[in-house]
Parts: sequence; structure tokens; C-alpha cells
Amino acid sequence: MTTILNVQNLTKTYQGSGNTLTVLDNVSFAIEAGATVAIVGPSGSGKTTLLGLCAGLDRSSAGVVELNGIRLDDLDEDARAQVRNQHVGFIFQNFQLLPTLTALENVMVPLELRGERNIKPQALDLLDKVGLAGRAHHYPAQLSGGEQQRVSLARAFSNKPKILFADEPTGNLDAETSEKVVKLIFDLNQDAGTTLVLVTHDNELASKTQRILRVKGGKLVSDEWLNQSLEQNELF
Amino acid sequence: MNKLNIAWLIKMAWRDSRRNRSRLFLFISSIVLGIAALVAIFSFGYNLRRDIDQQAMELIGADLVISSNRPVSAEVQPLLDSLGDRRSQERSFASMILFPKNEGSRLVQIRALEGEFPYYGALETTPQSAGVTFRNGRQALVDKTLMLQFNAQIGDSVKVGEVTFEIAGILNKAPGQSGISATVAPAVYIPLQFLEQTGLEQKGSRIMYLYYYKYDAPVDTKKLVEKLEPRLEKELLNAETIESEREDLGRSFEDLTGFLALVGFIALLLGSIGVASAIHVYIKEKLSSIAILRCLGVSGRQAFLIFLIQIVGIGFLGSVIGAVLGTAVQQLLPRVLQDLLPVEITMGISWLAVMQGIGLGVVISLLFALLPLISIRNISPLNTLRLSFEETSLFKDPLKWGVYGLILLFIFGFTYLQTEKLKEAAYFTLGVLVAFLVLVGIAAGLVWLVRRYFPSSWSYLWRQGLANLFRPNNQTLILIVSIGLGTAFICTLYFVQTILLNHVTLSASENQPNMVLFDIQNGQREAVANLVKNQGLPVLQQVPIITVRVEEINGLTAAEVKKDSTLGISVRAFQRELRVTFRDSLTDSEKIAEGAWVGKVNTSDETIKVSLEEGYAERIKVKVGDKMVFNVQGALIPTEVGSLRKVDWNRIQTNFRVIFPEGVLEEAPQFHVLITRVPDAQASAQLQRAVVRQFPNISIVDLELILDILDELLDKIGFVIRFMAAFSIITGLVVLISSVLISKYQRIQESVLLRTLGANRRQIFMITALEYFFLGALASGTGIVISLAGSWALAKFSFETKFTPELLPVLVVFLLISALTVAIGLMNIRGVVNKSPLEVLRSDV
Repeated sequence: MTTILNVQNLTKTYQGSGNTLTVLDNVSFAIEAGATVAIVGPSGSGKTTLLGLCAGLDRSSAGVVELNGIRLDDLDEDARAQVRNQHVGFIFQNFQLLPTLTALENVMVPLELRGERNIKPQALDLLDKVGLAGRAHHYPAQLSGGEQQRVSLARAFSNKPKILFADEPTGNLDAETSEKVVKLIFDLNQDAGTTLVLVTHDNELASKTQRILRVKGGKLVSDEWLNQSLEQNELF
Repeated sequence: MNKLNIAWLIKMAWRDSRRNRSRLFLFISSIVLGIAALVAIFSFGYNLRRDIDQQAMELIGADLVISSNRPVSAEVQPLLDSLGDRRSQERSFASMILFPKNEGSRLVQIRALEGEFPYYGALETTPQSAGVTFRNGRQALVDKTLMLQFNAQIGDSVKVGEVTFEIAGILNKAPGQSGISATVAPAVYIPLQFLEQTGLEQKGSRIMYLYYYKYDAPVDTKKLVEKLEPRLEKELLNAETIESEREDLGRSFEDLTGFLALVGFIALLLGSIGVASAIHVYIKEKLSSIAILRCLGVSGRQAFLIFLIQIVGIGFLGSVIGAVLGTAVQQLLPRVLQDLLPVEITMGISWLAVMQGIGLGVVISLLFALLPLISIRNISPLNTLRLSFEETSLFKDPLKWGVYGLILLFIFGFTYLQTEKLKEAAYFTLGVLVAFLVLVGIAAGLVWLVRRYFPSSWSYLWRQGLANLFRPNNQTLILIVSIGLGTAFICTLYFVQTILLNHVTLSASENQPNMVLFDIQNGQREAVANLVKNQGLPVLQQVPIITVRVEEINGLTAAEVKKDSTLGISVRAFQRELRVTFRDSLTDSEKIAEGAWVGKVNTSDETIKVSLEEGYAERIKVKVGDKMVFNVQGALIPTEVGSLRKVDWNRIQTNFRVIFPEGVLEEAPQFHVLITRVPDAQASAQLQRAVVRQFPNISIVDLELILDILDELLDKIGFVIRFMAAFSIITGLVVLISSVLISKYQRIQESVLLRTLGANRRQIFMITALEYFFLGALASGTGIVISLAGSWALAKFSFETKFTPELLPVLVVFLLISALTVAIGLMNIRGVVNKSPLEVLRSDV
């Protein structure tokens, strides 16, 4: 298996008024292509910062992040944006759909950005997969939280990403909806052969991945392999 | 996506605008009126220019006009007689007339005409034929305002000098005459053949000699004038052609339209500040969407372009609406300005003006929107995860300074294009900048003061209202700048008008002279003084006046000065006729600024030391000790500049640029001026009648009448300015309304929360009312202070008069604007307090 994400000595500090706040401290790990990984830890432990750095949303203060063989710390923001568009998919806790675009248009945006043509059937197909074919022309404000997150899922998979980052994907959903969304994430992930990195403080969700990285006080305190096969997703 | 896919960017801009269009339009509505004002002025200017071009022939009435302010010499007469295929001539001067029927008299402009002039257009008269037939007999055409004022009828008599004429017709319009010029100096046409008999053509009289020429076949008059110029210049003759009239008139109306365009431009600037503030709030709200797009791979430049396209689109739409409105408004301008115009205005759509307005609107909305828009480049995708510890800097971008620079350059450029004067454009730009900085400084200072000295002991409602001034998403800066600038502008216009009127009325106040008799001949001097005294009126001043010209300055003649431009002396110094006097002492309106006053010359070989007014001396580059030779009706008199005087020109009395000492000009041809004060209109009419009856050559200026005319004139000009200022005022209101409406989206959530926590309607209203009262009061107060300072500076340095502002209207403006701000703020919150909190929370606010 090839390494899709390689993190070496990653550190992130913020300059406050007179003092330096270290949010991530010398974190190192590597993730193989196709793996499912959970980053867990208590609030304020630095897990979301770690996700942001791994996905190229932010720049580290020190250390290296290599995504699909590309060193992100060497790139400027626009070049990282291109990497995100080509290789990365996102799912957020608060869905982060563009409120002025319909569900279909939200799914189409990453493809449009790549300059692809005849993308509508592809986007509709994705919406169909998440069970929202009938809501394609609705705006986010007209959808429930669960539906919004499903649109967000369809969008995340639209550009066929190599790696999918999910930040507390069920944090804003009730238990029943959460279960459906998580099943969809793992199903789509398995179908597409995508690497999944999810940040959560939900141990049950974390336990569905193959590997758990525990972060505490900005440090990686444990790297736990659950020895689960991808087939375990069939539990759902 | 490596390259910019413009089509996709446009598509995204369109998609993103879908749910914001009404708000975007609200933002851009601030510039609609500014564009409308400018398109109206530009269209009017172009139409006026076209009409001047088309009507220039009627304005001048002939192919060529040669004029002089003294009788032409015998040497040049053959030349004047040889020009043109058809010729007319006219003598024009100010004189008194008398209506024997009711003994009414008034100073008018007499035009003694011979020939068929005007060759183009006509003297518009009632009856129509009178414009031609009056020339055949002892008949006159009398301006319609005079006919009305003295209740005269066709067939009545009018006495001009010693001759009584029958009124052949009413003069409705003469070539080149505007409504205002007819009010200031109403014309009376008489046949030239009777001028001599009137006895008004005496030595020293201020008569303009005009020669009109018509060519039957087309002639290049411009070339002809160029050929004649050396001779004309030598004889101090002035030549005008249709082409030169077209240019001169066009230029003066360009000044007028340029000034009005600047007034309109202020409205546009005010609106643009509103646009900048609205877009700033809009972009802040778009932060999350932009961060999502950045997550999905949109580059900073692409995100910036998406919103730039939106702004350009909405700016274009706003400008088109403004241009349509402006084209409609321009139909009103000729009505507003008609008394100032010498031509008939035909109003049509000026596509050039429309294009300029739209272009200007797009550029200015883009420039001002750039300030908040360039921040988009710096919005991090990290905002999607809400872990941005470092706040996105919206103000620390160095590019912002570039945009500020561009805006200043744009203001300067536009002003320069309107005024074509670098200094004025720079002052205007600086003025706008200073006013802006003062208001920004005050807003920042206020926020700091409120924070620093927050009155913790005040009741909750007052504290909440006050705290809203500095809490996140406050509108303090933008409201203080927009309301403040609007108030400053409105008040300055008002103050300037009062300064002008006060300036004039002050001169006419009690104990100041109010009647001037001039053209008194040497032999009439004693008799006129006695007549005035016999009427029980004082002779406040009686001075001799001699017409002279400058022949040499420090040994240099006009020709030499013309050759050497490095001397810095204007040839005009030699060409202009000067009216000088002689006396042995200074008056109380004069002070010696430099040198020593010499009041008398005792011996013929003594150096004659003249005294010059300091401003005049500066203009002709002369200092104390310099030599000047004056041409006194043919006799050359060498003098030396003995002193420079500071003169208070605001006093109603005769003041002079040059004063000779006694013992030099006593024998020179001269006339006298007598100044008196009449207590009322009846005494004025009585004196005028007596003077006109006994001394028909003497002209009388009734200051009360001049004041009335000036008042009327200022009123007309004031109306034009107020009409244009109305655009700024309404724009200020639109900015105010849109700023408050924008803040609605920010304030609504917290008001709902307060409602949820148990605040009642009155409390919410009170908090809002207090917040907007603080804003409105401070902004309008600052605007008033700025306008007071500006008006004081104008009064002191430009009008050189005292400035005592009337406080009542200022107080009214202050209260009105504060109340309006509060009212708009309250209207805004009404939707929140009239509904249940749940209803508001559920709706997509």
C-alpha cells in the first residue's frame, strides 16, 4: 500500500498578546491509501487543527505535511487550493453548503472548478446515491440537517477525491440521522476506495475506523490499530 | 482549475447573487441619485453646447462685431467703413430714463442703434413690427420688465436725456440677452440719429461703441480678424465673430456646468461611501461561503473575481437606472436655469452623457467596493472549521492603501476634468479628504471615549444603547461619516448663501450710503450738490473721476512687455482704462500698507507720487519707488509709486486703484461722483425725478434696487444650487436608510435574543432609539462643526467678511437629522418587536 498522507514533526503555534500558544506539538504519523482513520481527543486537544493542516487548509509553524506525494508546506494558498480541488474531499460538522446554491449546484461546484463538462448527470447520480434525487433543486435552507449533510457528502465525493476529511460529521445530527449519515460515509468511501480521515470525540464512530490517533494537549498520545477489515463496514 | 474560467466565475456570481439581489440593489441605490445628478448635468451641458453652437449666430446677430470703449480715431474709421457688405452701429451706455406719465425714473442700458442689426435673429418685440419700425422715427423699444415696473403702455412717452421718445413696442428679447441681464440692466433701444440730441454723449461718459457687419457671401471671419488684429489692437478695438462668441459662451457655461457637476459629484461620493460600507457588511456575511469555496479549491483571486463581477453587474444596473432618472431630471434643468441662459434650450437624450454616467457609476462603485472586496483574497478556508485564532485582517492589507490612492486620484481627476484647474481640483480633493478624516477621527474617538469612560452606573437601557456604538458589527463609523458629510454639505450651502446675503445687506445697513450719482460734469458739480442738499439729503462724498491708461511701467511700453513674457506683467495692465481720482488725504476705508502718502504736489518739477491699491500693484507687478507713465486723455504724465494702500472694498463709497495727489489732474477732463443716503423709497424716487429733470445726463444707482436685484439673483442661483444639493441630501437619506437596514441583519438576532430573555417592546425600542440618537446627534453635530469651520474660512479668506451664523436653523437641522436617524432606526426594528421571537428566529433573516 502507498502512503497517501505523511505527517512529520508537525507543530502549530499561535502568537497571542505576549505569549505563544502551542496547539500542535511535534506530531508525526503516516496514513496508507484506502485506510479509514479517526483522530480523537477532548475539546481543545488540537484535533481539528491537525485536520486543517493535513487537508492543506492552514500552514504549519514547523514540520512537513505530504499529501499524495505533494509537500503542502512548500505551496502557497492558491496552489494548496488546487491540491484540495484535485485530491481532497471535505465533510464538516455544520455542513458548510453554499446557501445561495441549490443542492445540485453545490454538488457540481468541485467539478465545475476542474473545468469538467456534462457534469449534471454525474451530480444527480451522486444525489441519488445519498437519497436526495428529488431535492436536487432545493436550497440548503429548505433541507433538514441530515439532508444537508447528505448533500455535503455527495459534494465531497463528486471530485473523486483520494482522501476525505470529515470534521465531526455527525456533531449536529440526532442519533438516527447520524447512523444513516455514517453508513453513507463508509459505503461511499468503500465504493470509491477513498482514504477517510475523520475527527470526532464520538468513540463509537471512531471505533468504526481501522485506526485511531489520539491527540491530547497538542500531542499525539496514541496510535491504535483496530485491525478491522473494510468489510466490517457491512455491520451497518 | 489553472486558468481563470470567466464563464464559470460569471455563473457563480449570478448564482450567489440569487438570494441577495434585493439587498445588493439596496446597496447600489445609494449611487443612483448621484449618477442621475451627473447625467442630468452632463446632458444639459451637451445640449446647451449644441444649442449655443446652433444659436451663436442669433446671439451675436452679425458676422463680425468690432467694439471699443472710446470713440474710434479718424485714422481707423476708413477701415471700419470698408468692412462687411452691410453695416450697423450702436452706442451703448448706462443712463437714466424718465416716464413722464408717472414721473418714474430708473437707470437703464441705452442702446442707440443705426442700421438693420440684428442680421441673424431679431429684436423680439410686441408688436412684432416695432423691432424694425422704431428706427424710422423718434421712437423707442422698452424692455418688458421696465414696462411692467412703471406700468407703461405702447404709445406712452419715455424721456432719454433731453429727448422724449414714443414707446413703439415692448422689447421681449434682444440678441445675447438672458433673463438676468435684463433684470440687472434693462435695455431701451433708440435710433442712433437722436443720440446727439439727448445730450448724453459727453466727454468722460462710459460709452461702448459697437460696429456690426454682415457679409452677403461666406467669409472666413476668423482669418479676417487675424489679419486685422495688429491694427485693432493698436487702436484698442475688440473683435468678435460667431466662432469666438460660440467659444466664449461655451466656455463660460462649461464653468457653470462644471460647478454643478461637482455638486452632483459630492452626491455620488456620498453614495459611494454608502456602497463601500454596505459591501463591507455584505462581504463579512459572505465570509463563510467564501471559506467553503476556498476549501473546494477556489483560489483567492477567483473568489475575489466572483464578488467583483457581482458588484460590477449591480453597479451597472444602478448606473443605468441613475442615467434614466438623470435623463428625465434634465428636462427640469432648463426651467431652473432659464433666467441665466441666453439661448433656447432644446432637451434631448444625450447618449454621451448617458454613457459617461454609466461608466462613472460602474467605476466609482467598483473603486469603493474594492476596499472591502480585496479582503476576500485573504479569507482563509480555515474559517470553515471555525478555528481561525488570527482574525482575518480586513484593514491591514497594503493593497487597501493602493485603493485609497486610486480613489483620491479618481476624485482629483474627475474634479480636474470639470474645472480644468489643478489648484482647485487639489483643494476639492483635499477638502473631501479632510472632511472624511475628521469624521473618521471623530467616530474612532467616540468609540474610544465610550469604551474608556463607559458609564457603568447608568440604567441598563442607556448602557445597552451606548454599548451598541462600539460592539462588533457596529455602524458607528459609516453612519457618522455618511450623515456627517451630508450634514456638512447641506449646512455649508446654507451658510455660504447667508454670508453672501449678509455681506450685501451689511453694506446697505443704516448710516451707509445707498445712492450714487455719477457722470456729473464739472459745471454741474455745485448745482447737483445743492439739489441734493435742498432735498434734505447729505452729500457724503463728492469726488472727481478721470479716465486714464497706463502708458509705461518702469520705462516699458505695452509692446515691449508683450515681447518679453519673462517680465510677468500682463499686457492688460496697459489696455484697461482706469478711473482715478486726486485728493490730499486718505478716506477712512484706506490704510497705507507700504511707502508714504503724498497728498499734494506743490511745484511743477516735483516728482508726482501716486498711491496704488496693493492688490492692483501686485497684479501689475509694481512696487513702491517704481516709475509709471499715465496717459491722461492724450497727455503723458510721469509718476512714481509713492505708496501702496489697503482698501476696504466692501464699503459703499468710491474707492480707487490709483490716487493722484492734488495739483496734477485738476484741469484734466473729468466727471464727478456724488454719494448720499436716502431714508426711504419715496425720497429716492423724489431725488431721482429731480435729478433726471434738471440733469438728464446724470446716472443714479439706487443701492436698494441693486440689493433687490442681487437678492433675486442670489435666490435664482441659490435655487439652482439647492436643486443640485437636493440630490446629495436625498442620497444622504438613502445611505442612512440602507446603512440602518444593513445593520438590521446584524441587530435582529440580538434583539430577538433580548426578546426571548424577556425584554419588552418598549425596552427594545428604547435601546435602539438611544443608539441611533447617539449616532445621529454626533454625526450631524460633527457635520455642522465642519460646515461652520469651512464657512468661517470661506467668509474670512474668500469673501473677506465677518461670519456670524444663525443658530436657529442650525439647531433645526441638528434636531431634524437626529430625529430622522432615530425614526429610521426604529422603523427598522419594528418588524422584530411586532412578531413573536420564534417567528423571527424561524424565518430566514
